[in-house]
Amino acid sequence: MAPPTTPSSPNAGRRRSRLQEWLLSGPSLSWLAAFFLVPTLLVFVLAFRPADPFGGIGKGWTFSTLKALGHSYYLTIAARTLWISFLTTAFCILLAVPTGYAVARASEKRRRLLLMLIIVPFWTSFLIRVFAWRALLHPEGLIQKALLAVGLAGPQTMLLYNTGAVILVMVYTFLPFSILPIYAAAEKFDFRLVEAARDLGAGPFQAFRKVFLPGIRSGLLTAVLVVFIPALGSYVVPDLVGGPRSEMIGNKIAQRVFVDRNLPHASALSVVLILAVLAPLTAVLLLRKKEKPEVLVSEDA
Amino acid sequence: MKRSRFPLIVTAAVLLFFYLPIFILIVNSFNASRFSSSWQGFSFKWYAQLLHEPEIWLAARNTLVIAVLVTIVSLVLGTTSALALHRFAGSRLQRAHFTLIYTPLVVPEILMGISLLMAFVAAGVRLGLATIFLAHVTFCISYVALVVLGRLQDFDFSVIEAAQDLGAGWWTTARKILLPMLAPGLAAGGLLAFTLSLDDFVITFFVAGPGSTTLPIRVYSMIKHGATPLINALSTILLVLTFTIVIISQRLNRTKFLEGGTG
Repeated sequence: MAPPTTPSSPNAGRRRSRLQEWLLSGPSLSWLAAFFLVPTLLVFVLAFRPADPFGGIGKGWTFSTLKALGHSYYLTIAARTLWISFLTTAFCILLAVPTGYAVARASEKRRRLLLMLIIVPFWTSFLIRVFAWRALLHPEGLIQKALLAVGLAGPQTMLLYNTGAVILVMVYTFLPFSILPIYAAAEKFDFRLVEAARDLGAGPFQAFRKVFLPGIRSGLLTAVLVVFIPALGSYVVPDLVGGPRSEMIGNKIAQRVFVDRNLPHASALSVVLILAVLAPLTAVLLLRKKEKPEVLVSEDA
Repeated sequence: MKRSRFPLIVTAAVLLFFYLPIFILIVNSFNASRFSSSWQGFSFKWYAQLLHEPEIWLAARNTLVIAVLVTIVSLVLGTTSALALHRFAGSRLQRAHFTLIYTPLVVPEILMGISLLMAFVAAGVRLGLATIFLAHVTFCISYVALVVLGRLQDFDFSVIEAAQDLGAGWWTTARKILLPMLAPGLAAGGLLAFTLSLDDFVITFFVAGPGSTTLPIRVYSMIKHGATPLINALSTILLVLTFTIVIISQRLNRTKFLEGGTG
């Protein structure tokens, strides 16, 4: 790093650089401590407080909220949240691997265009993209009419408000996030290795599975994380295209806040969600311990 | 050796999957019919009707004011953060700092929304536009910091040392060298913060109070209450806006600022 400009003594220079470091880090550190760290810890605390009848937080401490979560009703919702998130991640990876591969192998000019086309959905409003599908799947929408015309659907078929619709729309909203890390890894991959494997007698699929996939491992892990974690916290998609039998933890949290106004209960559910998020996160971080931590960041740049 | 066409076919299907719903939505915003499945002629009537929706315009104004303020504040906080992370990389403080910057990006939005709501309720703060502003800055800092940090890592820092060797003071170095070199990164980070603030629904929904409606909240309640053709028209306007922002930001990323001559 650049040395301090005119140090009168090594100690004074170090002290001044230490002061500079605190001055530069101070604003963002204190903001995130006040509005991210403390509020997150608060969620854990509030899970042990009773609710008061006016929608606020009561006095004293209680375990009853957390105990209530052991009910089979919540276990069903937790299991469904995991299952929907798992399927969403699986479909995203299945589509993202060939796409990331194709983009990495495209010519310079075409690659730029493809990347642009993949990045645009990133920037377009999430709500609008969900709404576009809601309109398509609507009983008066194009897909229903098309399926009706070819005899694949009856007039009673309901494309909306079920788990299938939730997974379809979740794949739609998360797919761009999973393509980019896989592309980033595929771009660094030395494709001569695949050719070498083919020359040595490997079939195309074998070369793909035994050489290419291990080569983009870190990109795959990132892609899994950037889909699975936000999927666990989904709320808007199951709310707008799902039905009562496709509700996820996020819907329950929102109901506790907006319908029942029971903040401690919402906190307890959030604690469950935080733990569900931490599990895959630590697993992936352990899996890639030897690799550079910066790899995780690449999809945001 | 012949390459398989399979990845290209999947890519084409994926792009079709991405753009077909958006394309149909845009086409339908000009459809005279209420229902998307039957085309009854080209019409601007849904756009005209938007003009008579004062609630939408009020929400749009709120959204814009918040987005501008959020962009300014998160640019300042994100840039100082990136400078610290880069300049003092490896120190214990910066490792903690990086964790704090990075974690909000991996936390699901709903968790950030609920925790901020809890904090505001516990502190007795009234929910409204101010709490939306505070929440938006909180998630925008991380994005700005990482975009600017990415830019800093491409820097040739010997230029700064050269300036200092030639007698430039701290302020002159910052203004004449650091700022112009950082400008494309700042613009890209600022645009990202602006769009994120403009688009955010989940976190905003949790920390908004009665009467503090933003555009996404308005769109959400319109979706819930089924005002389909109007949302088509509104969405098309917003899509055009975001496409413009994307194109600008792509241009910025390609500009080599120093080569352009900064005088």
